[in-house]
Amino acid sequence: MFYREAGDFKTSYSDDGQTFPIAFDRWRYYAVMAVAFLVIPFLINDYWEKSILMPFLVWSTVAIGLNILTGYCGQLSLGTGGFMAVGAYASYKLMTAFPELNIFFVVLLSGGITALVGVLFGLPSMRIKGFYLAVATLAAQFFLVWLFNKVPWFYNYSASGQITAPERSVFGILVTGPNAAPWATYLFALVILTGLAWVARNLTRGRVGRSWMAIRDMDIAAEIIGVNPLATKLSAFAVSSFYIGVGGALFFSVYLGAAEVGEAFGIDKSFLVLFMIIIGGLGSIFGSFAGAAFMVLLPVLLKNVLVGGLGWPTDLAAHLQMLIVGGLIVLFLILEPHGLAQLWRIAKEKLRLWPFPH
Amino acid sequence: MKLKLALLAASMLTAAGPAAADLTFPMLSYRTGAYANNGIPFADGYHDYLTLVNERDGGIGGEKIRITECETAYNTEKGVECYESTKGEGALIYQPLSTGITYQIIPKATADGIAIHSMGYGRTSAADGKVFKWVFNYPGTYWDAASVMVKHIIDVEGGDVSGKTIALLYHNSAYGKEPIRTLEELSKKHGFKLQLLAVDHPGLEQKSQWLEIRRSRPDYVLMWGWGAMNPTAIQEAANVRYPMDHFIGVWWSGSENDVKQAGDRADGYKAVTFHGVGDDYPIYDDLKTHVTDKGLAAGAGDQLGTVLYNRGMYAAMLAVEAAKTAQEIHGTAAIDAAMMRDGMEALEITEEKMAALGLPGFGPAFSVSCADHGGPGIGMIQQWDAKAGEYTIITDQIEPDREVIGPLIEEDASAFAAEAGIEPRACE
Repeated sequence: MFYREAGDFKTSYSDDGQTFPIAFDRWRYYAVMAVAFLVIPFLINDYWEKSILMPFLVWSTVAIGLNILTGYCGQLSLGTGGFMAVGAYASYKLMTAFPELNIFFVVLLSGGITALVGVLFGLPSMRIKGFYLAVATLAAQFFLVWLFNKVPWFYNYSASGQITAPERSVFGILVTGPNAAPWATYLFALVILTGLAWVARNLTRGRVGRSWMAIRDMDIAAEIIGVNPLATKLSAFAVSSFYIGVGGALFFSVYLGAAEVGEAFGIDKSFLVLFMIIIGGLGSIFGSFAGAAFMVLLPVLLKNVLVGGLGWPTDLAAHLQMLIVGGLIVLFLILEPHGLAQLWRIAKEKLRLWPFPH
Repeated sequence: MKLKLALLAASMLTAAGPAAADLTFPMLSYRTGAYANNGIPFADGYHDYLTLVNERDGGIGGEKIRITECETAYNTEKGVECYESTKGEGALIYQPLSTGITYQIIPKATADGIAIHSMGYGRTSAADGKVFKWVFNYPGTYWDAASVMVKHIIDVEGGDVSGKTIALLYHNSAYGKEPIRTLEELSKKHGFKLQLLAVDHPGLEQKSQWLEIRRSRPDYVLMWGWGAMNPTAIQEAANVRYPMDHFIGVWWSGSENDVKQAGDRADGYKAVTFHGVGDDYPIYDDLKTHVTDKGLAAGAGDQLGTVLYNRGMYAAMLAVEAAKTAQEIHGTAAIDAAMMRDGMEALEITEEKMAALGLPGFGPAFSVSCADHGGPGIGMIQQWDAKAGEYTIITDQIEPDREVIGPLIEEDASAFAAEAGIEPRACE
């Protein structure tokens, strides 16, 4: 009834090609943005920031990054944790080496450095595919973590190997360090994520994204129609690593404030992000958000219900939570192998016909 | 229906809210994951002691203790989540039992004005109270432990370790890297050679490290391990027939769970400790009448008398004593987090106090001051007796080499102060 194309007349090419062609969808999008930018900053407190919203924003950034590589370009990567570490350590080194550099540029530069490293580790993708590439990126994961543990220069020779984010501000408002206000860090991460998601969405709708998808669907056919596999794969690695690096920089500097490479950027993080995009939906920007929300927020929700609401012992709740989350992942993949994004797509199709499906 | 549900949800929320006057002791524990074998006994001991105080004494100064437990799985992100979710409820003190989480919450707790007591773990330089106003690590630090271990080795060797090799097998994290600085200094001072062997999380893979030990045969092996790494290391040591009495663990690598897996072959394994062992203390009678017999024991209730249970109990005891001190200073029973900190800074543990609490001679007598948050750092060496299935303390109290540690603490604390922009406070 409300969700339909009928009556929404497009009078120009740009109207016709917009991201949300359905008026209702467009308004929903504006409403979400308005709530995120204009309502939440006034309601947010420390708990919501550190436990719910910051993890969601950071992991969404990272999930979009991996989705570009794996979902859009079809290159399976298990090096996400390592690339996040590159972003985190790059931001740490930049912050301590150039104290006057604005944190905004620090985060973007960290993404740039990660993009270079990503391209380097993407080179084997010219020769190997599928599981073999996954193993090559797994090597990147272990090598990078080992490197940041081994070479003291990366953690400025601190005795414990921990890196701690110094205080940095944007327009005089602190966004890193313990004294940063929740709304400031939230808005900082939100602005970056919104910008990156907007770019990603438009990249994937354009020539670059189409060449990624051509390579994903069949690389030989893509090559025959004139898609350069070298440039395409490496650009996917570069863009993807840029996003992951920005995510890693935010993860370290804004969200946690301190990190230790082995624990914060281990192989489990690579798998976590991979699960996010598989559950959310490969090749979908919305799926990256949905997957991040599912993997990050569900455990917190379950914990609050089981321990806070029902008063169960914490260990029982923790074990049960693993069971439930694991079970739900299996269930979701059986019922909808294309992820939450596909459910959303089906829901939209149904909405279009509702309430007269015949 | 919807209205009923909404009412139910609302009533549940209000029921979960804190009663206003309670003293809140949040517990960041871990009963799951690769470190649970060590996390459970500590959490049980901590929980049981607080229950005992509630049941036997009716709380601290008439104020009941409210314990809010939160599962961290030794993971820093979950630790942060736990910290944020519990700090709003009037939390008085945090004891996260994880060096990683401690590092993580030191800046946050300092900004929020809540004290951290990282008893024998965490950031060693937090012993400098001038820089770390809100962080305490009495009665001893990692660097004290390293020094005590080296002193014990010098003792065994008859006063000279020059030319010997001492290997450090450490958990490759902030925790395991802590003692390296001190051991490097000590190796310069005493002329022994230091060999470093890192073990990655979770520590189940140590074949190559022990191959290296078997090849190079260091005279002593020190271990900074935790969780699943400990029993694995002791098993591997037994496999390469490394002499157990030359294998010394830090106080976090010296519990029953660590040695039992290797059976008889673990006999003679040594570890440092800063408190007594076993359940031969009067407090265990109280625990029996007021906690276990009433069915109030935390967890499975099967950890009583173990090393880490005792340590959890000790941590809770120090927190309760600090709260009592705070109540005396401020003349009110309902203390807040800032008053609790004052209590911790004025804490004095004497032999008489410990005896009155049913823990005679359990730990060292010490007092905390504005400048010194680290305590005396006195340690003892305990040795595992596989036949009897218990640890026995084999040395007197050993004092650490503060000549070496003092300057190191000052250096690290001032580096932190410069980095974080903290002006060290003046302490008279």
